[in-house]
Amino acid sequence: MKEILALWMARNREYYRDKGSLFWSFVATPFIVIVLAIAFSSERQEIFRAGQLTTENSPISTPFTEEPAITLIDYSNIDEALRRVQFHQLDILITTEIPLRYWVNPASSKGRLLEKLLLSDSTESWQRNEVAGQPIRYIDWVIPGILAMNMMFSGLWGIGYVIVRYRKNGVLKRLQATPLRAWQFLVSQAFSRLFIMLTVTVLVFIVCDLFIDFMMLGSHLLLLLIAIVGNLSIISISLLMASRTDSEELGNGLLNLISFPMLLLSELWFSLDNAPQWLQDVSLTLPLTHIVKAARGVMLEGATLTEIAPQLGILVAMTLVFITLAGLLFRWHKD
Amino acid sequence: MKAILEIRNLTKSFRSFKAVDGISFAIPQGTCFGLLGPNGAGKTTTIEMIEGIKKPSSGDILYKGKPRDREFSKRSGIQFQSTSLMDYLKAREVLELFAKLYPHSQPIGNLVELCQLEEFLETYATRLSGGQRQRLLLAVALINDPEVLFLDEPTTGLDPQSRRNFWSLIRNIKSQGKTILLTTHYMEEAELLCDQLVIMDKGKIIADGSPYALLRQYFDHSYVCLDHQDFQCSPDAITDAVEKREDCIAIATNSVEKTLTELVSLNVDLRSLRVRNPSLDDLFLKLTGHRLRE
Repeated sequence: MKEILALWMARNREYYRDKGSLFWSFVATPFIVIVLAIAFSSERQEIFRAGQLTTENSPISTPFTEEPAITLIDYSNIDEALRRVQFHQLDILITTEIPLRYWVNPASSKGRLLEKLLLSDSTESWQRNEVAGQPIRYIDWVIPGILAMNMMFSGLWGIGYVIVRYRKNGVLKRLQATPLRAWQFLVSQAFSRLFIMLTVTVLVFIVCDLFIDFMMLGSHLLLLLIAIVGNLSIISISLLMASRTDSEELGNGLLNLISFPMLLLSELWFSLDNAPQWLQDVSLTLPLTHIVKAARGVMLEGATLTEIAPQLGILVAMTLVFITLAGLLFRWHKD
Repeated sequence: MKAILEIRNLTKSFRSFKAVDGISFAIPQGTCFGLLGPNGAGKTTTIEMIEGIKKPSSGDILYKGKPRDREFSKRSGIQFQSTSLMDYLKAREVLELFAKLYPHSQPIGNLVELCQLEEFLETYATRLSGGQRQRLLLAVALINDPEVLFLDEPTTGLDPQSRRNFWSLIRNIKSQGKTILLTTHYMEEAELLCDQLVIMDKGKIIADGSPYALLRQYFDHSYVCLDHQDFQCSPDAITDAVEKREDCIAIATNSVEKTLTELVSLNVDLRSLRVRNPSLDDLFLKLTGHRLRE
């Protein structure tokens, strides 16, 4: 245990003495959040977003669904679609199954406008349904994504890249010459990064909340649990990448290969609702998708532990698989 | 004397290249044992296999008569030829870290005194000079008070003053009764520090024994050396063998007086004259046809 503690402390020292790391963690991330908050504060979204429930029958084409100013998104899950209407992420939801119905949030001005357009364009009789809920600003929606992105970059580069550098410059070889076991080294690195990332995430969360007062409907403890499990999953991927790599250039390339799909497909910045199904399926294989989904559930919808259990379960499973592979493949140095 | 380490038919191949080719030797307890050879001779590969860092392709390594186990890493200390320490850790913190990686460690104060670390104890390890860094790495290698100390070319890259200081440290450690396995391509270092040595070239042992015994075995003469520009006569005019070397003209002689008489009679300018005994470098040249530093 004293070996793990000593390495944990040494790694933490390396982190807080590296001014570049500190700047990125404590200055750059809140800066991005605040810039985004200012940029999207006017909420000037020109495009109308309407949802359409997919049915077994072919959808009916109406002047409303043909309107180019309206982005029409298909949903197969009515609960998911209604949640979007509730939080003003969809302006209206329609179904062309008989009886024709639509759902609108009376608190949404764009929703009310689309309702008028729908009824004026149609000779059919539509059944009206109301959904209540406060609007979610873009910044509320994007905050979990930014925090998760920060976790991802810090987790991947803060541990994987460091281990590759240690292997290249001989630090791992020096450690191998002691009675230290590989698992003790890996555990110390993982827990050091977990500790650093939790500290950074909590501080960034507090600072951003002070400036922006973003939406937080659920339990803070649950959010902390997501951060812990999510961090461990990212760390385990990073350890797997670093298990044998001994070139910083290759390490950097591999980390980019891992991080770019997550950056683009984990719904950090935009929803994949209107993306092809195969892309949405690929998104589900990425741990960051589940971290963001669980965090949004807690922050924006007040989700409970039971409700986010599927995401947590997937993250734990991914962590176990990646960490086991990392342990099996780990080499101190290239022979 | 009882051998603390025995190496039997040790081989290491990298694809078709044999870096170490079936070598065997034994290291007596409490001695300083040298692996001497030029760059690429297989010294580092050999020492790293003995340390347990590299796996041999074949052969046996016995520690106190038995195959090495986990206990060996607790009883040995290693200074690699090239290694870095963690960024942003001070020398004192490096020592504290490594002390905690062993079940038993010696007081850091002892190492600070032995390796003369006081002046840079609070300096980041990455900012140390070459000599300071090597002293710190030696202290790290000694942190567990090891029975066997491995030093892989510990003075390579150091200036002459730092090198002499380092030799003095090694002599101090040797006086504590520790067994030292040292690799070097400096013949002066090997002659000064090693009780026993093996000379390696191209992965094989070409000679072994104590420096004194080896020189006695292969040489029965001294060298009279002159700078090239001072030796203005025909080599045939000298009775003994004359070798034209890169840095001097060396005359291998059994009688210095006779050679000096001949040189005086030939009116050779004697201002650059040196008389010296054969060195391990001479031995290496004799055995392989090329010099250690080439």
